[in-house]
Amino acid sequence: MTDTKKSAATSKLDSALSWVDDRFPLTSNVKAHLTEYYAPKNFNFWYFFGSLAMMVLVLQILTGIFLTMHYKPDADLAFGSVEYIMRDVPWGWLIRYMHSTGASMFFVVVYLHMFRGIIYGSYRTPRELLWLFGVGIFLCLMGEAFFGYLLPWGQMSYWGAQVIVNLFSAIPFIGPDVSEWLRGDYLVSDATLNRFFAFHVIALPFVLVGLVAAHLIALHEVGSNNPDGIEIKKLKDKKTGIPLDGIAFHPYYTVKDMVGVAVFLIVFSVVIFFAPEMGGYFLEANNFVPANPLVTPAHIAPVWYFTPYYSVLRAVPPILNSQFPGVAAMGLSVLVFALLPWLDKSPVKSIRYRGTLYKKWLAAFVMSFLVLGYLGTEPSNIWGQFGSWLGNAERATVVARIATTVYFAFFVLMPWYTKKDKTLPVPERVTG
Amino acid sequence: MSDKKSNEQVPGSATEQASQVDVEKRKFLIATSAVGALGCAAVAVPFIKSMTPSERAKAAGAPVEVDISKIAPGTMITAEWRGKPVWIINRTDEMTAELAHHNDQLSDPSCEVTSQQPSYCKNENRAIKPNLAVIVGICTHLGCSPTAKLQANGDMGANWTGGFFCPCHGSKFDLAGRVFKGSPAPINLVVPPYKYLTENTLLIGVDTEEKA
Repeated sequence: MTDTKKSAATSKLDSALSWVDDRFPLTSNVKAHLTEYYAPKNFNFWYFFGSLAMMVLVLQILTGIFLTMHYKPDADLAFGSVEYIMRDVPWGWLIRYMHSTGASMFFVVVYLHMFRGIIYGSYRTPRELLWLFGVGIFLCLMGEAFFGYLLPWGQMSYWGAQVIVNLFSAIPFIGPDVSEWLRGDYLVSDATLNRFFAFHVIALPFVLVGLVAAHLIALHEVGSNNPDGIEIKKLKDKKTGIPLDGIAFHPYYTVKDMVGVAVFLIVFSVVIFFAPEMGGYFLEANNFVPANPLVTPAHIAPVWYFTPYYSVLRAVPPILNSQFPGVAAMGLSVLVFALLPWLDKSPVKSIRYRGTLYKKWLAAFVMSFLVLGYLGTEPSNIWGQFGSWLGNAERATVVARIATTVYFAFFVLMPWYTKKDKTLPVPERVTG
Repeated sequence: MSDKKSNEQVPGSATEQASQVDVEKRKFLIATSAVGALGCAAVAVPFIKSMTPSERAKAAGAPVEVDISKIAPGTMITAEWRGKPVWIINRTDEMTAELAHHNDQLSDPSCEVTSQQPSYCKNENRAIKPNLAVIVGICTHLGCSPTAKLQANGDMGANWTGGFFCPCHGSKFDLAGRVFKGSPAPINLVVPPYKYLTENTLLIGVDTEEKA
């Protein structure tokens, strides 16, 4: 190609672009969100999970659309239609396993994304709303997972939904009416399945995508936090106005994130092709039995990502003939994350400059979260009973109660220990 | 865009006019907004109501007849009433005798929570005829169906006197559906309304007429 031809082609593209730009802010949006969005240059491993979560969302929506082409939201047909997808629909098994594995991997990346936010103080001023949108996304995701789990209409689907809907019955006074309204029947039935389908494929995905947009808009307004927990916008190049420690999101972080995506997809493929049920953690064995309203399986447990909160529910004993305290504790154990921006009183954001007191509390919290998560997958008599000196109490229940106490203490005592904590001086510039 | 300029008010300019409140217009806007909000609330009612149990779901709650002649002593059958499991247990004499012996371990041994059984079953056996128990097999904790562990001891440990164990959250009930202390379930299992049509036939879902 000669130079004149090349420039002619370029100028044609340019004029096409300016035609669009006169009618839609394409170039300015690409600049604002990609090529001239300056992110701190010291992002590390923990910063993969935000973009991965977005990719999994796209994957879930795509696979979900193709599943709805074959699935039937009818109590008589649902179980069979899922088996049909698995056996007769060409590549149906792959699409369904991508969707079911995607659900678990969604929680893997979102939990890691949240943990990143906690250790680097990404919820602190001015990112409180960004964090709250994130909590909203997390709640929405839990709703999606719960509604979606009923759809195969297996035994675990059925009894899981029965338990969760009945949680609302525990609300004093209005509870029973609320759970009847949610079910649309006196028990989990076809009416329930049909509406859960509607929530799962229409209602919540809309809310979810809206919240993700709000999350990103808030992020690009305040700018990303970083592992040092300092604001790169404070020190800008005097001429260009670009933060001294900032680099353009595209191409620097798009390239980095692509490496993350590649590694993630390797792991994802290994699960799909070699362990789609993940030993009963991603797809539970009892869900391969059609729902039977008359028989509860001998051992029911939620899918792994709900087990910490389920353990909290089991750990709290009924008080005054009411199960409400347990249900309330479970609800709080999820919602309490929303309060973090106001509970943390430390002068520093990042764990790098915090003292040992905070680190000990965080370690205790992570331990309690993992212990509760493990216990939630097992029956409460897994570790046997204590002797009569402790009233024959079940060991696992006692441990779950201690872990629940630690879990909540991490939040409730946070204003105290973050103030008392001996912090280190924070640097001016990011440290890499 | 230019924040500083907009703060300077030029007399007669758009910004100056904007700062003067048109009280009449504001009242009108508040009133229309309020009426609009009311309208939205009214339209929400049919949508919310559409999610309550339909007429078909309501009609599905008819009483069911159960033949009890073939239940051997010490065993049980499960009937379905309103989509829920109803256990019919033919308790042996030893089983009914045991019911009186563990009252101290129960949350509500004498069935004081009246919503959990019809008045004609508020007795030591929670039944019309002492041996035959009729119980809705739905745990009062979160609605799972407990597993029958009718025989004493066995896999439930040495102190077990026979009853039901809920696999979901570990609630324990005796052979009259009364909840053991320390269970997550707060109250006893429900005894449904029922009556004997004949010696060997039960009608579940209809009350026995009480003697005056």
